[in-house]
Amino acid sequence: MSAHATLATARRVLRQLLRDRRTVGLIVVVPSFLLVILNFAFDSQPSTFDRIAPTMVGLIPFITMFIVTSIAMLRERTSGTLERLMSMSVAKLDLMAGYAIAFGAAAAAEVVVAAVVVFGILDTPADHSVAAIVAVGVLSAVLGMVMGLFVSAFATTEFQAVQFMPAFVLPQLLICGLFVDRSRMAGWLEGIAWAMPLTYVYDALDRLTSPGSIGGLFWLDLGVIAGAALVSLALGAVTLRRRTP
Amino acid sequence: MATEPDPRSPAVSVADLRVIRGGTVVLPDLSLKVDRGEVVGLLGPSGSGKTTLMRSIVGVQQVAAGTLTVLGLPAGDRDVRSRVGYVTQAASVYNDLTVIENLQYFGALHRAPPDEINRAIDAVDLGEFAGRVVGSLSGGQRGRVSLAAALVGKPNLLVLDEPTVGLDPVLRRDLWATFRSLASDGVTLIVSSHVMDEADECDSIILLRDGKMIARDTPQGLRDSTGTTDLEDAFLRLIEREGDLT
Ligand SMILES: Nc1ncnc2c1ncn2[C@@H]1O[C@H](COP(=O)(O)OP(=O)(O)OP(=O)(O)O)[C@@H](O)[C@H]1O
Ligand SMILES: [Mg+2]
Repeated sequence: MSAHATLATARRVLRQLLRDRRTVGLIVVVPSFLLVILNFAFDSQPSTFDRIAPTMVGLIPFITMFIVTSIAMLRERTSGTLERLMSMSVAKLDLMAGYAIAFGAAAAAEVVVAAVVVFGILDTPADHSVAAIVAVGVLSAVLGMVMGLFVSAFATTEFQAVQFMPAFVLPQLLICGLFVDRSRMAGWLEGIAWAMPLTYVYDALDRLTSPGSIGGLFWLDLGVIAGAALVSLALGAVTLRRRTP
Repeated sequence: MATEPDPRSPAVSVADLRVIRGGTVVLPDLSLKVDRGEVVGLLGPSGSGKTTLMRSIVGVQQVAAGTLTVLGLPAGDRDVRSRVGYVTQAASVYNDLTVIENLQYFGALHRAPPDEINRAIDAVDLGEFAGRVVGSLSGGQRGRVSLAAALVGKPNLLVLDEPTVGLDPVLRRDLWATFRSLASDGVTLIVSSHVMDEADECDSIILLRDGKMIARDTPQGLRDSTGTTDLEDAFLRLIEREGDLT
């Protein structure tokens, strides 16, 4: 591990990210844009919007970071730059940490902008601290990032990488509890939902946006999210092979 | 800096190397040595295993058997990786970054001082493109950025996979002058190529065919042993001779 190599990698990844205007747009503008649309869609049911918007602030970054990271990592693999890096003295953890810092910073910007739009401009009430929602949003973005990093190992083209979005992310989103109460799902599906990391992101956000005390389960949710992120990171490090066939 | 086990050990020593890729044996059983400061040309038909051998030497290839020692350490060892520069056959640099930004990154990983970046840019003659995004450069220019990214690390061993493909004769000559001056500073170079007149620039030539080394000699030695005056003829003769035997 070397802080020097980690920071150099973070700076390089951020530079690549900032160079691409559309990616910056996807990260910073699109989530807020979607929330504004949602606000008008629920024009006659403001209470519904008030219930789901705060959770969306934390869930959307998971999706955007998952997409951006899986493609960025795939590019690193297919462009030969990963092979070059692996022939150099860089530690794999330096690379992954560099990515984590760069995308973590991007995620923070994304969540803060979305929070300003939802709580500042659209004036959605927050039952608990907005800062806590932002913090869970960043954590969820980091989870999306490390999962994207991991699954990129199973794609050989960018075309395959985007397919993870409907195949891997969308199901999690559908059963996490946002659209249907999990207790009203078929039993087996509810069981699967419990095994999905995004469920705990939703629960943590839901607790933060529900009246009453937050409770100890909130910390359990955070623990599960962090654990899932660490496991994905470890799996990602395993798939980052120095020697390839 | 890493401690050098024995500064006089060969730059590269390969013994009984066996590599299997995608179920087929690419290098059945290869042994060879490269001395320090030597410029070795790696030649052979397409698919003969040049890239596979280079990947094995720099430690990114899974090998089935054999021992590879590079600069006195096992190939791919952490301490040896910082002293080896590898330029892949296809340019491996970030297309969305500028020439300078690419070299700054690879330079930072090597902890190279800033003037090393300028020196690398000059060595590949890309001064006027330093601020350009790599994706907007021509194929040959991108290849030179890729080469410069390996030069910033001031490696003791440079492994270059077809570094002069797509370059005009003037640039090729200049690059070879750079390679020779690196070699005179003690850098060992392993260069693969398809261009025969480049082979003449090498101290020694390894000719691969179907993963087997069918010749290892100086350019002059190859001409003499095949009774030809032209290296291209010498290769054709050697490759045909091997073909007759199998
Ligand atoms: N990733 C891979 N998976 C499976 N087989 C591979 C892979 N890469 C190369 N090979 C096979 O290994 C053999 C040697 O390939 P290699 O790239 O080493 O040849 P080369 O001498 O560098 O050829 P060229 O001059 O065309 O670059 C070829 O038969 C090739 O088909
Ligand atoms: Mg090759």
